[in-house]
Amino acid sequence: MIQPRLSLKRNREMSSTDPPTEQEQGPQAPEPRAEESSGSGAANGAGRAKKSAGHQVSITDLHAYYGATEAVKGIGIEFPPNEVTAIIGPSGCGKSTMVRCINRMHEEIPGARAEGRVLLDDQDLYAPEIDVTAVRRLIGMVFQKPNPFPTMSIFDNVASGLRLTGNRGENLRERVHKSLRAVGLWGEVKNRLESPGIGLSGGQQQRLCIARTIAVEPEVILMDEPCSALDPIATLKVEELIDELKEQYTIVIVTHNMQQAARVADSTVFMLDGQVVEHAPTSELFTMPKDERTERYVTGKFG
Amino acid sequence: MSATTESPSPRLLGASPRRKRVNRMMELLSSLAAGLAVAVLVIVVGSVLIKGVSALNLSFLTETPAPFGVAGGGIANSIVGTFLLVVIASAIAVPVGLLIGIHASEFARPRTSNAVKFALDILSGVPTIVTGIFIFGLLVAGHQQSGYDGSVALAIIMLPIVARSAQEVLQLVPNSLREAAVALGIARWRMVLRVVLPTAAGGLITGAVLGVARVAGETAPLLLTSSIASNAVSWNPGQALSSIPVTIFTLSESANPADHARGWAAALVLIVGVLALSVFARSLHERSRRRLRG
Repeated sequence: MIQPRLSLKRNREMSSTDPPTEQEQGPQAPEPRAEESSGSGAANGAGRAKKSAGHQVSITDLHAYYGATEAVKGIGIEFPPNEVTAIIGPSGCGKSTMVRCINRMHEEIPGARAEGRVLLDDQDLYAPEIDVTAVRRLIGMVFQKPNPFPTMSIFDNVASGLRLTGNRGENLRERVHKSLRAVGLWGEVKNRLESPGIGLSGGQQQRLCIARTIAVEPEVILMDEPCSALDPIATLKVEELIDELKEQYTIVIVTHNMQQAARVADSTVFMLDGQVVEHAPTSELFTMPKDERTERYVTGKFG
Repeated sequence: MSATTESPSPRLLGASPRRKRVNRMMELLSSLAAGLAVAVLVIVVGSVLIKGVSALNLSFLTETPAPFGVAGGGIANSIVGTFLLVVIASAIAVPVGLLIGIHASEFARPRTSNAVKFALDILSGVPTIVTGIFIFGLLVAGHQQSGYDGSVALAIIMLPIVARSAQEVLQLVPNSLREAAVALGIARWRMVLRVVLPTAAGGLITGAVLGVARVAGETAPLLLTSSIASNAVSWNPGQALSSIPVTIFTLSESANPADHARGWAAALVLIVGVLALSVFARSLHERSRRRLRG
């Protein structure tokens, strides 16, 4: 049976009959202190909601192709709810491709296709009745390079996902402000919400993109090397943010940076040549890897 | 490090004298070519200005042509005619051209997109007199000339210009923006409408203005479709409209030297009109971008 949140009719049901449930809504109570505090202030109060019952993603026997080239060669991974899972591995090992299969972005590339099963909780995302746009609303994505919409203001950027999915909702302003607080950007931008999003610094832009992603209240967030274009300080802020976001979301992060995986991830997957070599709790994977190839990679012997 | 030798080592001398000479010569040739293009523009605009400005005055713009043998008179009917012809042609060609560009860039598979691109390139290579004859055979023959017929001919000429430039400009929009929108669960058509088109707005406007500028000066198709017009100012495209290019052609064939001067003046009006239009369109675009920059 297809759950309504993944069916084509989701929009209409959401806007008319369904009041968003507590778990989808995230932090509900207004945070009086977040208004005045700037920057990292949001980290203290705003993001801390009670832990919501998270959503699990499981991949079984996934194959992904670009034309005749097989980039992902039959892998299975479980992404536990409310945890950060990092994917590491050398360039071209298929980690980005695998992640893009989870929200079905892989098939956007001409000639690309995927086979196998990707489950969100117990729903197969590749089932024929599934609406692709609904999948992407439930599984948000943050990209390598910050990509705010250049014609839109800061406010409109965050609101874009809500407005353009027909989910406009009455409390648009509130939800935008809440998202900006959640990413710790509120204090930095509250006085210039109408200025363009591309006027922000790289790190701010990336947090803006994360705000845009969480504004539509997804259940899972995919991050494809979200810090590779950022300086160390901006990277640190994003990493702190990831740590807070996992209270509400299941997070999958692709990273080239093993220190980053060690800092943010609960468990880490090491991929090589389209296959999963090892998936273990992060500390275990880095300190006592079971596979020799993992050990060689994490100690910098190749890749 | 310690001792400075008199002659520097050969590896620091760089290119041989011959290579330097060839380099200088190529630089000179390419600068000359660039200069030539600018010079042609200056000569054309300059000569039109010099020869046309003497016959240009307010009554030239506001009066209709004087009856045969009477001095004075203007081209008000042609100005109105060209305005109407171009507006109607744009009303047809700009929306259709934009849609073709959007289809080719955003929705079509690469093969279809290439086929469309090829067809448009062929269409823009069709001599305009052929387009004129085509419309003459299709719409004018057996009926009468009309402003609509002329506009349709102009629209056909304008279409590939608008469509191709739209396609090119849309392809300049970074793919990362499309990905960002699609990954938010935004439907494809809405992504195009609200993210891609606004991002490309400047280029789209420029392309449309280019098309307008091109057809504003078209003469051949109008000779066949909208040239047998009265000298009175007419706002009715249902009948043949006079136009500036056709008027320039007629005046240039006249035996009267005063008519030649009027022809130059009409050419000046046409050039200035097109120039004003593109400056206006650019300023519109600049203003929208400035507003965005805050």
